[in-house]
Amino acid sequence: MKFTEEHEWLLPEGDLIVVGITEHAAEQMGDVVFVVLPEAGTEVTKDDEIVVIESVKAASDILAPLDGEIVEVNEALADEPGKVNDDAQGAAWFFKIKPADLSQMDDYMEEAAYKDFIG
Amino acid sequence: MSDMKHTPLYDLHVELGGKMVPFAGYAMPVQYPLGIMSEHKHTRAKAGLFDVSHMGQVILKGDSYEAAALTFETLMPVNVLGLKEGRQRYGLFTNDQGGIEDDLMFANRGDHIFVVVNAACKEADIARMTATLEPSVTVTPITDRALLALQGPAAEAVLQAIAPGAAAMTFMDVATLDADGVELWVSRSGYTGEDGYEISVPADQAEAFARRLLTHEDVEAIGLGARDSLRLEGGMCLYGHDIDAGTTPVEGNLGWAMQKVRKPGGERAGGFPGAEAIFDHIENGAPRLRVGLTPGGRAPMREGVELFASAEGGAAIGRITSGGFGPTVGGPVAMGYVPAEMAEAGTTLYGELRGKRQPVTVTPLPFVAANFKR
Repeated sequence: MKFTEEHEWLLPEGDLIVVGITEHAAEQMGDVVFVVLPEAGTEVTKDDEIVVIESVKAASDILAPLDGEIVEVNEALADEPGKVNDDAQGAAWFFKIKPADLSQMDDYMEEAAYKDFIG
Repeated sequence: MSDMKHTPLYDLHVELGGKMVPFAGYAMPVQYPLGIMSEHKHTRAKAGLFDVSHMGQVILKGDSYEAAALTFETLMPVNVLGLKEGRQRYGLFTNDQGGIEDDLMFANRGDHIFVVVNAACKEADIARMTATLEPSVTVTPITDRALLALQGPAAEAVLQAIAPGAAAMTFMDVATLDADGVELWVSRSGYTGEDGYEISVPADQAEAFARRLLTHEDVEAIGLGARDSLRLEGGMCLYGHDIDAGTTPVEGNLGWAMQKVRKPGGERAGGFPGAEAIFDHIENGAPRLRVGLTPGGRAPMREGVELFASAEGGAAIGRITSGGFGPTVGGPVAMGYVPAEMAEAGTTLYGELRGKRQPVTVTPLPFVAANFKR
């Protein structure tokens, strides 16, 4: 699993990358009440704003960590946005992306580096 | 946040794990480890303890209550003179255009008027009162007392056990109570829509008093985040957002705060800043009104979201001034300004969220019925 400075986690699954936000990010956001997900089939470019997370405090944007195609989104979050707080690095994944350029994964941190990053 | 002011409860907030944020020049807890959602629900179910020591406490004293009241009435379209001893009332400072400079609570405490104003406005409010009321009325900011709010259905039993006499008070009563030698200036009021109290306590005894309240199993410390969602569900205005210097009391849907005696035809009609503009709105109606708004989907619509009359085309007709997720409602709630002809409950309007217009329904306030002990 890799981590971005935007507090996303990226987990390879076959030829796809599963993306979510870290427990640290979920904790900072507070109780999540609504998640806006992209549609499957959307072509995205790295740093596109593709997810909006609404918490009791504020709305936060999640950027595409990679170029590629969104092939699946976690529809369960529409009914249970609170999963983001309960299981950010598990059941509350946001989308699966088919990366156009796997070398973009090299830009991201290993878990130890991410832990240092969040201090 | 080293340049932030601290309330007497700062160390306690940090000890309790409060997440401290800047608010009106003070470092204040936006939430504790419980989180905004649970803090909100706990307050509605049991009791929440809020630190509101950043607000301004001021004593006004003249030759008599009546003399001070009549002078104070020159600043507000409100009946101060007719307020009975031991009672509190909501007030509004107005400007020459009829706009609201601040909203406040004031109480008749026999030989003086006790005033509580918003933190962000307190310097300006004190300057305004000093310039207008002195020398016949002395204006004394109270800087050696903290202010706590204990809110929720369990508040009565909790406070009564510590400060006998609390239970006998009804909504908007004020009294001086004794808590084992600690002098409390108590009002039965708040900013959550729940029954409860606001308690002024000497600063040097505030932490011990707060700890004593928190030892009760029904009481949790509650941050500013839940305070905001509670007041929003309760339909109450946040100054600087839902009302400001550019909104009249009529536009702000606060006509109820102006008593008959100060309105056209009343015995002491006018005589406050902006009377002409406010009377025009009272007699002819205001062009726009503050209303409750329920977004149709599950997405919160927050402050600044523009409102439209139709799903496509046309210019914005209004704007959301407060909005978020209502934990008790279980969905998004908001308030904002719309043209008077679109202010009727049930009217469908559209809020533009991330480039898409989503329906919102004009909804009577409050979203959650008040639970006051009248």
